[in-house]
Amino acid sequence: MSAVAAPAVDEKRILAIVERHRHRAGPLIEILHEVQANFGCVPPGTVPVLAHALNLSRAEVHGVVTFYHYFRTRPPGRHVLQICRAESCQAAGGRAVEQHAKNRLGVDFGGTTADGRITLEAVYCLGLCACSPAAMLDDEVHGRVTPERLDVLLDARAKAKP
Amino acid sequence: MSVTVWIPRDAGALALGAEATARRIEKEALTAGVEVKIRRNGSRGLYWLEPLVEVESTEGRIAYGPVAVKDVPALVAAGMLKGTAHPLRLGDIEKHPWLASQQRLTFERVGRTDPLDLAAYRASGGCKGLARALELSPEAAVNEVLESGLRGRGGAAFPTGIKWQTVLRQPPGQKYITCNADEGDSGTFSDRMLMEGDPFSLIEGMTIAGLAVGADRGYIYLRIEYPHAYAVLGAAIEAARAAGLLGPDVMGSKRAFDIEIRLGAGAYICGEETSMLESLEGRRGEIRVRPPLPAEKGLFGAPTIVNNVITLATVPWIFAQGAKAYQEFGLAKSRGTLPLQLAGNIRRGGLVERAFGLTVRELLEDYGGGSLSGRPIRAVQIGGPLGAYLPASQFDTPLEYESLSAIGALLGHGGVVAFDDTVDMLEMARYAMEFCAHESCGKCTPCRIGAVRGEEALAALGNGGDRDRLIALVEELCDTMLNASLCGLGGMTPFPVQSAMKHFPEDFRRTRGG
Repeated sequence: MSAVAAPAVDEKRILAIVERHRHRAGPLIEILHEVQANFGCVPPGTVPVLAHALNLSRAEVHGVVTFYHYFRTRPPGRHVLQICRAESCQAAGGRAVEQHAKNRLGVDFGGTTADGRITLEAVYCLGLCACSPAAMLDDEVHGRVTPERLDVLLDARAKAKP
Repeated sequence: MSVTVWIPRDAGALALGAEATARRIEKEALTAGVEVKIRRNGSRGLYWLEPLVEVESTEGRIAYGPVAVKDVPALVAAGMLKGTAHPLRLGDIEKHPWLASQQRLTFERVGRTDPLDLAAYRASGGCKGLARALELSPEAAVNEVLESGLRGRGGAAFPTGIKWQTVLRQPPGQKYITCNADEGDSGTFSDRMLMEGDPFSLIEGMTIAGLAVGADRGYIYLRIEYPHAYAVLGAAIEAARAAGLLGPDVMGSKRAFDIEIRLGAGAYICGEETSMLESLEGRRGEIRVRPPLPAEKGLFGAPTIVNNVITLATVPWIFAQGAKAYQEFGLAKSRGTLPLQLAGNIRRGGLVERAFGLTVRELLEDYGGGSLSGRPIRAVQIGGPLGAYLPASQFDTPLEYESLSAIGALLGHGGVVAFDDTVDMLEMARYAMEFCAHESCGKCTPCRIGAVRGEEALAALGNGGDRDRLIALVEELCDTMLNASLCGLGGMTPFPVQSAMKHFPEDFRRTRGG
């Protein structure tokens, strides 16, 4: 469960996004990307709006939103920590990093800390396998992550951007 | 006089602190009263030496690495900006045995140049292949690819020229070139490195493909996990358009070709070609039943080439140097070079591009230098999460398509992940099923249900469940998935599971607490 509520649906802004992509072939996923970039998620209320605007059924739009792991229906915490779970990172000690992150934040993958600060997510390969284990904190990539280095990163982030 | 310093902007280098190192060098140089010009390149692929800093001097580019932020003040004080001696000084990196022993064709430019410097691209042989392709008839252009022996580097290893020929032979009309940049296999990063380090070569390769088969539109399907590649590719496409390499009049030929990037949304299955096409059309990434092949009815129902990043980025080299020159690399039915990616528990991980034929052991020992932990390497997984696990007794197998196939393994996209002797192979088998269950598109039952049941059974085995019954169940599930799944996800997940059971039976037979 996310600690953050889904934002109200601003139909005008959503339709403006649709208009920007209408000329493209098969634009739904591109539109969803922009909706999520603007609202932090794809609020459930956007589904009927998009379906109507694109002449699709609600089921089709809902089906796409729920198929892809990246799209979320509630906004994440103020920071997102992604930890790679794939084989290369496991081979280099990634499991200890996963466990440490869960313990420190008190949440499982997909969870957000009670104060709404950090969402912890699993990711399946960041392409940083030559410096496994890898993680991403917001838009910053990190390689050779250890539980100790993760603490340093999270402490620094807490100081800079609480 | 200003000193030019090269520091990679490759995501792997950034993950190891390249940005902070770059900023610190600027600051220390200012304090020392030396004017520096920081330039950004791709990574040379020697990741244990990243951040790898190269200083231009009268003796050429002098490399230092790995240069952590904390090393910078001492390095600058010692005269790094003049290229003087220091324990971290590596000299000319191209003479480093790890790099000098490679045969870099597809990656010839990566790490040498600024990825967005089009003038440098042209000066280093870029656009030569495209210029030649423009002089060839479509048939001759397709023949060039056929003769090169190039096979799809995404994993399936299908002959590229045959795919192109099929699309060329479809009736005229709308056709598409699609680039599969959904590199999701763990242990692989060559697509990422190439897109970040030499994006123009991919653009040029796609353009040549378009001219050859009569397609005027290309799509790059890029995974969302690669934001750095997205930024570089976007800028490169704009620069190519501005220079007339893309658009209505490619290099003054009056022929049109343009490219659009589409972002994935975190679905491993979209690396499967028909699932990728569904996703490009804005739908759920559920796979399509073949036939028809994408070459006949692909994107929006039109004839479509689906090629991987490395495949397409190799095309300019083939056209510039000739099919014969490319053919001369490699052996048997594996022609040319393969960019191998060395990852996992390994001392010297990175990108090794060589003609086919290197053995697993040579890669792990000569290049990799053994495990990072210093313990014996017990297993390697080749070809991503759907690839087989190899025990040490198979490490003398050459890394080429047929030799691996003969031992029930596959080369895939060329990723090699090393595990030391602390690995629990039952747990890796369980994880393979878990991953398949997580990523299954749900269209066919063997994959959707089989993976869930397989994960449960292997988890129960790990918790001390009824050994014989559970092993028999897993074997049966693997058999069903292997033979009855619609695509490679369900159809190949048994490879890591069965190979783990076959080569590491002790991990499955050990008594475990419940």
